[in-house]
Amino acid sequence: MNLQGRKIQVHDMSLRDGMHPKQHQITVQQMVDIAVAMDEAGIPLIEVTHGDGLGGASVNYGFPAASDQEYLTAVCKAVKKTKVSALLLPGIGTVDHLKMAVDCGISTIRVATHCTEADVSEQHISMASQISGLDTVGFLMMAHMIPAEELVVQLKLMESYGANCVYITDSAGYMLPDDVTERIALARAELKPETELGFHGHHNLGMGIANSLAAVDAGANRIDGSLAGLGAGAGNTPLEVFLAVCDRMGVETGVDLFKAMDVAEDLIVPLMDHMVRVDRDSLTLGWAGVYSSFLLFAKRSAAKHGLSARDILVELGRRRTVGGQEDMIEDLAMDMARDRKSA
Amino acid sequence: MSKKIRVAIIGPGNIGTDLLMKAMRSEVIEPVWMVGVDPDSPGLARARDMGIKTTCDGVDGLVPHMREDNIQICFDATSAYVHADNSRKVNAEGAVMVDLTPAAIGPFCVPPVNLQDAVAAKAMNVNMVTCGGQATIPMVAAVSRVQTVTYGEIVATVSSRSVGPGTRKNIDEFTRTTAKGVELIGGAQQGKAIIVINPAEPPLIMRDTIHCLTADEPDQEAITRSVHEMVAEVQKYVPGYTLKNGPTFDGKRVSIYMEVAGLGDFLPRYAGNLDIMTAAGLRTAEMYAEEILAGRFVPAAA
Repeated sequence: MNLQGRKIQVHDMSLRDGMHPKQHQITVQQMVDIAVAMDEAGIPLIEVTHGDGLGGASVNYGFPAASDQEYLTAVCKAVKKTKVSALLLPGIGTVDHLKMAVDCGISTIRVATHCTEADVSEQHISMASQISGLDTVGFLMMAHMIPAEELVVQLKLMESYGANCVYITDSAGYMLPDDVTERIALARAELKPETELGFHGHHNLGMGIANSLAAVDAGANRIDGSLAGLGAGAGNTPLEVFLAVCDRMGVETGVDLFKAMDVAEDLIVPLMDHMVRVDRDSLTLGWAGVYSSFLLFAKRSAAKHGLSARDILVELGRRRTVGGQEDMIEDLAMDMARDRKSA
Repeated sequence: MSKKIRVAIIGPGNIGTDLLMKAMRSEVIEPVWMVGVDPDSPGLARARDMGIKTTCDGVDGLVPHMREDNIQICFDATSAYVHADNSRKVNAEGAVMVDLTPAAIGPFCVPPVNLQDAVAAKAMNVNMVTCGGQATIPMVAAVSRVQTVTYGEIVATVSSRSVGPGTRKNIDEFTRTTAKGVELIGGAQQGKAIIVINPAEPPLIMRDTIHCLTADEPDQEAITRSVHEMVAEVQKYVPGYTLKNGPTFDGKRVSIYMEVAGLGDFLPRYAGNLDIMTAAGLRTAEMYAEEILAGRFVPAAA
């Protein structure tokens, strides 16, 4: 693979996807300290939101340590060169949240839907694309669940609503490099040449780096990762590792590798409540194709009802659950516990 | 045959057709007109086959016939954009409007919770909130009638096939309107609504999770009893309204897990979210009809 001279933009997820393993309890001060250090390391774009996006504060997904507005206001003020993005899932957040985030000073809004449901993002993407200077990104989650041809139809819908960049998102960390290559290459061929293309990986099968490289090779120019991999499931593509590989391959990111390593080691790892890594449960997510943020919910329900988290996750995969259905986990665990008792 | 109140349905789509099939079985409602805008509409053809008068000239095609046909109640199953106009026109002819669109210009109505209030207030326009609202607000109310609910949250998961283009274009309207209904009708001090769309095949039956946070320690026995009673009330018009799990209690949190299967009249059984709208709309109209038949209410133009 020859990627020599390719320029890409990396996008750090620690302060959004990383909210999942922290059960949304990262404090405003911790966010500011990390954002400032990432700014000094030259990371161009970082995401700051509740793990489930704007308006995610809920019983279903977890109440955060501070509001989206408090996080965004503090981080946007603290950074100099680094830009800040926010995530929005229609059905959870609304255009009111989007406007609030813009007022806080974000430069990028990412509107995320399940891979087959892009048309619910029209309202939000078209509004965002009319805000001057706002980088508007469409984000198709669980992209492993449909073939490349169907995925491209959905990406084109987001493009038609006004997204200047669209993402293929491996929310379950299920994809293998060939899956990524096929999807990104077809999208690159079918989308307008000026539409940017991104890939968001999870490391559940240990494929974060390999998949991200495959994406760059096939035409993606934005890659998501998080320092020390702080993200849902086994984490996102570990960004400092990806940066080191990019350096070796001659891919230009503009990030200071050693400074990025230090932020990962000195600020992110000490923050972790548990080591974010491939364990049998996060591995099951990747193997069974399950939304990564289900991990801790499955572990909690398993502990409460004396079940195996792996059994719960496999069943959630079999039922083809999608992102946002966290309420199904406890519901299913209660059913499984009852069935086992009566068996 | 006992006397029935004559009604018109505006909007011959999936919702309007399902409503028509349910209304044909009613003991107090007689569907007379189906109103559309497209002469080739399969919905109008179906209605004609069922012996219903039809017009493809919209509400303007219905209005000249309303008094001679004694139409006293109309259902609007079109879209929020045209509802206000439709409502004004049929109200002027002295008919009550039952609004199945998200327009919400009239008071919210969730039959087992506040239908009697709407009828008692003789409202000439009542709105059926949203499908998620019809499925969950009764449960919030079941908790809030026992003790103070500071926060009510509902998560509605529906099959992709059951979510039409109108809802998709304005999904914020669903979350906002449902949250408002959770507060105003459910009785929660603060409401939150989430909708998740799942494309799995075969389509999943509508699932709803309701979380309530109570001000004081929940009275488990009283809440459990209240929830079961409310489920039975909803089952009177939506037999597939099923308590799957709960109520469960965790500190001050009460959680209720529901499944809503439809009757499968015109809409498929999995689309419980649509069925509960048509069933609630019909239930509302029947209650008005009973009042009219008993001589306690005479709908009239303002």
